[in-house]
Amino acid sequence: MSTSTEIKKTKYLNPYIGGVLLGLVLLSANFIAGRGLGASGAIKSTIVATMNTIAPSASEKSGFVKEFRESHEGNPMKTWLVFEMLGVLVGGFVSGAVAGRLKFKVEHSPKITSKRRLILALTGGLLFGFGSQLGRGCTSGSALSGMAVLSLGGFITMAAIFGTAYVLAYFFRKNWI
Amino acid sequence: MGPLVVNGIISENTNLFLAFIIGIGFGFVLENSGFSSSRKLAGIFYGYDAVVLKVFFTAAITAMLGLLFFSLFGWVDLDLIYVNPTYLTSAIVGGIIMGAGFIIGGYCPGTSFCGASIGKIDGIVFVVGLFLGVFIFGIGYDLWDGMYMARFLGSPKISASLGLTDGFFALLLILVALAMFWVAELAEKKFPREEY
Repeated sequence: MSTSTEIKKTKYLNPYIGGVLLGLVLLSANFIAGRGLGASGAIKSTIVATMNTIAPSASEKSGFVKEFRESHEGNPMKTWLVFEMLGVLVGGFVSGAVAGRLKFKVEHSPKITSKRRLILALTGGLLFGFGSQLGRGCTSGSALSGMAVLSLGGFITMAAIFGTAYVLAYFFRKNWI
Repeated sequence: MGPLVVNGIISENTNLFLAFIIGIGFGFVLENSGFSSSRKLAGIFYGYDAVVLKVFFTAAITAMLGLLFFSLFGWVDLDLIYVNPTYLTSAIVGGIIMGAGFIIGGYCPGTSFCGASIGKIDGIVFVVGLFLGVFIFGIGYDLWDGMYMARFLGSPKISASLGLTDGFFALLLILVALAMFWVAELAEKKFPREEY
């Protein structure tokens, strides 16, 4: 292990400044739209829209679509989170472009193969997608935004996400360290 | 005054346009803080990089204080702000499944979009996984409908549940966060690693 003076640092924003800026973005969302940020909700909208298009009769009977419609009228793609997530793609791309980080690559520990990393990414995504529906939002919508408005559920979901990841970290350590 | 759209100060279409602008800010800050890198994100679980903890808690506290002060100044009506409802069972079980997804996949939904936006192929594959996971939840909805709706508590605030005022709870959260930041800084010094 090298000493801290030899540690290579890349150019990222100071995390506390990043946190304040992210907090101001979240505050703006609440001030303007009366709601917080989110991510998984946009995926839900896309899935509902896809089900409506390719299997309208099955979609009509689906309890999942019915539940979605109770809180969203009209076109499922014309929702706040879909527009916000399109913005996230643009904002992330612009930041990466400015910092010179645009590059197609599979990022993984040198101890594992790219293939293994991609299988893990797919599995993790699948679990996170499923869990975000059960938990009514992911790290953004349920945990972060929920905490900002002091939602009890937001704090519980945050503790469950990070608590579980810490408990499981030991078993998956070879993939990361 | 606020929230603007709920009070009819701006139209629904303006709201959607502003959602896009807010999203740009969200994505920019996430990427610029290093959230496009799964190895950097996973660092919080091994102590070598605590960026997740620092950004996440600083952001939650900033927004929380902002809302409390805006309310104090009469700039925003907190009763019109959406407070996430609490369904106890699904909040816990969903959180556990998401936690497993986090340590296995190295991303969460927002950060995977961020990684995908700068060309991280593992980020793109994680996003594909997200769509599959949401789709599976959707088609099997009747199987877990009961768990999804179980133990509904309304939309309680944690401060009220603990019998504290919002302001006092906010102060406690700030003190807890400062303690965690202190531990995080020590951990990063103890387990130094090249930054990804």
